[in-house]
Amino acid sequence: MNNVEITDAVLVREYMQGNEAALSKLINRHQHRIYSFIFSKVYDRDVSEDIFQDTFIKVINTLKRGKYNEEGKFLPWVMRIAHNLVIDHFRRNKRMPKFDNSGDFNIFSVLSDSDLNIETQIIKDQIENDVKELIKELPEDQLEVLTMRIYKDMSFKEISERTGVSINTALGRMRYALINLRKIIEKHNLVLTN
Amino acid sequence: MRKLYTKKLSKKDQLKDLEPGKETVQFLLNYSKALRVVDCHGIKFATILN
Repeated sequence: MNNVEITDAVLVREYMQGNEAALSKLINRHQHRIYSFIFSKVYDRDVSEDIFQDTFIKVINTLKRGKYNEEGKFLPWVMRIAHNLVIDHFRRNKRMPKFDNSGDFNIFSVLSDSDLNIETQIIKDQIENDVKELIKELPEDQLEVLTMRIYKDMSFKEISERTGVSINTALGRMRYALINLRKIIEKHNLVLTN
Repeated sequence: MRKLYTKKLSKKDQLKDLEPGKETVQFLLNYSKALRVVDCHGIKFATILN
């Protein structure tokens, strides 16, 4: 009976020569050490499985390509691959943090989708239509300034140049436009909020 | 009401019985069997056989 354990170097050589059983022996021999190392970093079994798998896929690819130089350092080499994959995992998570919603705290209680749903969109459209009608009750000069400022996104400098008045006058007309618009809204007993 | 005392596993104990799943190991062995690397004029091509 042969009690001498086959070394990693021999198993690696046999595997590279086509003996698939040698890979099985290598994995069985080192799986606990490598898996526990990964788990000790990530503390998540599913992630550990993934990283373990990715580690050995790299090992298999390198050995099959004949790119590995056996110098009696098989396990340190595999551990280095696992270590680098753990770092990659943390880097990815840093860029894209994951939220675990299975516990008491649900991240969606503080995050919300800012896009309007169909109901809020309809309300928004109705409010904008109402405002367009209301501003017609403003005096001509105030309506002109308000329209240029709000609907045409013009600066007060541009408004003053277009209307032929000073910037201060344009600012004053805008101020009174808003004051009068509030009075008009109150007069009509409207609620223009979503 | 009686208190329940559960022994909290130390980190060392948590790491004791850690092994990858059988499916993971089997997948790796199957992957290895299916992977073929062919050397063609100095360029290596890897293929997965069906």
